[in-house]
Amino acid sequence: MTASMTTLAIRNGHLIDPAAGIDAPKDIFIQNGRVAEIAAPGKLKLANGAPVIDAKGLTIAPGLIDIHVHLREPGQGYKETIATGTAAAAAGGFTAVAAMPNTTPVNDSVEVTRWMQAPDRGAQVRVFPIAAATRGSKGEALTDYAALKSAGAVAVTDDGRPILKDGIMRESLAAAARVGLTVIQHAEDTRMTQGASMNLGPVSFKLGLRGMPTEAESAMVERDIRLVTELHDLHPHLHVAHTSTAAAIAAVRQARRNGLRVTCEVAPHHFLLTEEHVGLYNTHAKMNPPLRSAADRDAMIEALLDGVVDAIATDHAPHAMHEKEVEFELAPNGITGLETALGLTLRWLHKEWRMPLGRVLSLLSAQPAALLGLKGRGTLTAGSYGDVVIFDPKAEWTYRATESLSKAKNTPFDGWQMLGKVHYTIAEGRIAHAIANRQ
Amino acid sequence: MDLTVPAVSHLLQRATTLEHADPLVRDRILQKRRIALLFYESSTRTRTSFELACKALGADTTLVSSLSSSIEKGESLKDTGLTLRALGAEAIILRHNSSGAAWLLEESTRLPVINAGDGMHEHPTQALLDLRTILTHLRPGVTEVGPETLAGVTVTIVGDILHSRVARSNMLLLPRLGARVLLCGPKELLPEMAAKSSPGIEIERDFEAAIRQSQAIMMLRIQAERIANLQLDLEQYKAAYQLTGQRLATQAPNAIVMHPGPIIRGLEITAGVADGPQSTILEQVTNGVAIRMAVMERALTAAEGGRQ
Repeated sequence: MTASMTTLAIRNGHLIDPAAGIDAPKDIFIQNGRVAEIAAPGKLKLANGAPVIDAKGLTIAPGLIDIHVHLREPGQGYKETIATGTAAAAAGGFTAVAAMPNTTPVNDSVEVTRWMQAPDRGAQVRVFPIAAATRGSKGEALTDYAALKSAGAVAVTDDGRPILKDGIMRESLAAAARVGLTVIQHAEDTRMTQGASMNLGPVSFKLGLRGMPTEAESAMVERDIRLVTELHDLHPHLHVAHTSTAAAIAAVRQARRNGLRVTCEVAPHHFLLTEEHVGLYNTHAKMNPPLRSAADRDAMIEALLDGVVDAIATDHAPHAMHEKEVEFELAPNGITGLETALGLTLRWLHKEWRMPLGRVLSLLSAQPAALLGLKGRGTLTAGSYGDVVIFDPKAEWTYRATESLSKAKNTPFDGWQMLGKVHYTIAEGRIAHAIANRQ
Repeated sequence: MDLTVPAVSHLLQRATTLEHADPLVRDRILQKRRIALLFYESSTRTRTSFELACKALGADTTLVSSLSSSIEKGESLKDTGLTLRALGAEAIILRHNSSGAAWLLEESTRLPVINAGDGMHEHPTQALLDLRTILTHLRPGVTEVGPETLAGVTVTIVGDILHSRVARSNMLLLPRLGARVLLCGPKELLPEMAAKSSPGIEIERDFEAAIRQSQAIMMLRIQAERIANLQLDLEQYKAAYQLTGQRLATQAPNAIVMHPGPIIRGLEITAGVADGPQSTILEQVTNGVAIRMAVMERALTAAEGGRQ
């Protein structure tokens, strides 16, 4: 992706920029990939013939930022590529995504980190690599955090292969703190989840599937918080990925009260679906962490509403069709999420559960940007990147997986009603997605 | 198992009718119909009785087992099913080690798929033959069953409930006919949530208290290695849950003793009880053929096929 050297004006729209405290009709002028001016309606001075987007009736907001996606490259291009994954991101209103390191090879090196950001990947929006916290994500020896950060990594994690050894996790938190990186943990004590493929409870019993106890998540979060407490002089930043249990949320809440830098994200499927959605072995309802009980789902909603949650992240996890058309226990974990996050969040969190639009957008842009320290993103103040989403907040539509721009169609939300239709996604001043002209 | 009570009643009636039918007449019901038996796990009783049931109705059967087929080469369940369909199979009887495999195969092939046991999930024809056995002894002469037929009857299922598809199918079926089902076993093999998985189920961990209340006792096979993995002491397990002649005589002298097989003599049940007058173990096996005839007839002659 290259920054546009041209200009783009957006007029007649209503700007919501939670970080800047703006909720008003504004015109925006973008030049050389950056926001050049935010003006009162009709006050932009434009050269004749300059490109203009008419955003009448539409909401303009900072481009959405997803800090948890799997783009599958390098090495698993049959599932998704950086080009297709970011095209889906743009279609969903995202202008930046943070890509997990469980690729082939694992992104534990400067070379892979750079390769993922190279223009040849054909990314439609900005890709921020998250590097492996340990070599090969084996949980044994730390990677070179300073070098990875210089190469563009915005955090470290062994996502999907959580760091079990206390000593290694302590080292990771300390090393990351020294160079100013976040450690993201997929919180799962895998010793408690061997052979399990869904949440442990009456539903897993009935289906004859081994279950993952909620303690496998919360015990790991509690362990990590204990380590952050021990290391508090270094001010490490622990981020808990895809939180799914009430107990884990409670632990994060307590850590924050204790003044620790512990943040967390929740995925739309964890605040919308429960273990009942597994139904009759629907592999599109199989992910890790698994769909939980209604009580845990309700705890996610409550935590979003009361502000403990720092970001909504999708855990976009594309898989090839044939990989999901197998026995439930054999199917890989994960669902796609980039094209459904905004529509589901507006439909449910905003319309149904009354979260103000500004807060919804903040959870999808300003807060995740702040969480990973993405400078100049998540807001549209002058000088920021020209990362913009323009959407119709009133439009209702039905999501069709077959129309997805992702290579993968593994979603439980096929046929779901969405609220809020993305008309334009502008990434660093360039139109990455437009409703009338799907790429 | 998604059979309605009237459908269960009809299957039981057909089982009796087919069992007594003239073999030369019965032979025409599924004459030359092609049925595949697809077995991913070893099996003596289930496989043989399905095969005999199919043949008794005149069908042609073919056995595909995981060890002598392309399954060994990595062919998926979906592709194996599509291959069998292309070869002319009109129904597939599936035994599989993964829960939910029958659903997947039916979705992939759109053929009637008869679940002959899937992982820890279900074994529906076992539950039907168990029901037939229970009725023979506790409700002799009853030809139609309904939601109250087994009212007043308590059935205790004992042992490794957690890993048992037989237990799960019986837990679904028996309460629908009015039976009370007690589950008995140590918490490692019988988690509390088992009682919440379907209505009409209670847990009674005291083995003698459970069988004292029961008209039917269903013992499950215990795998010694599983006991070891759970750090349970085998001798303690036997002391608490083995069905012995002495226990039976003092606590449940009139109850029938059932077991889906294979039995491990001297582990969950003593040889004396297995061979004793209260045992219905071999009768269950015999009932399997009659039940499976009815199930195969239903799968291949009903207007709408479908899972059993």
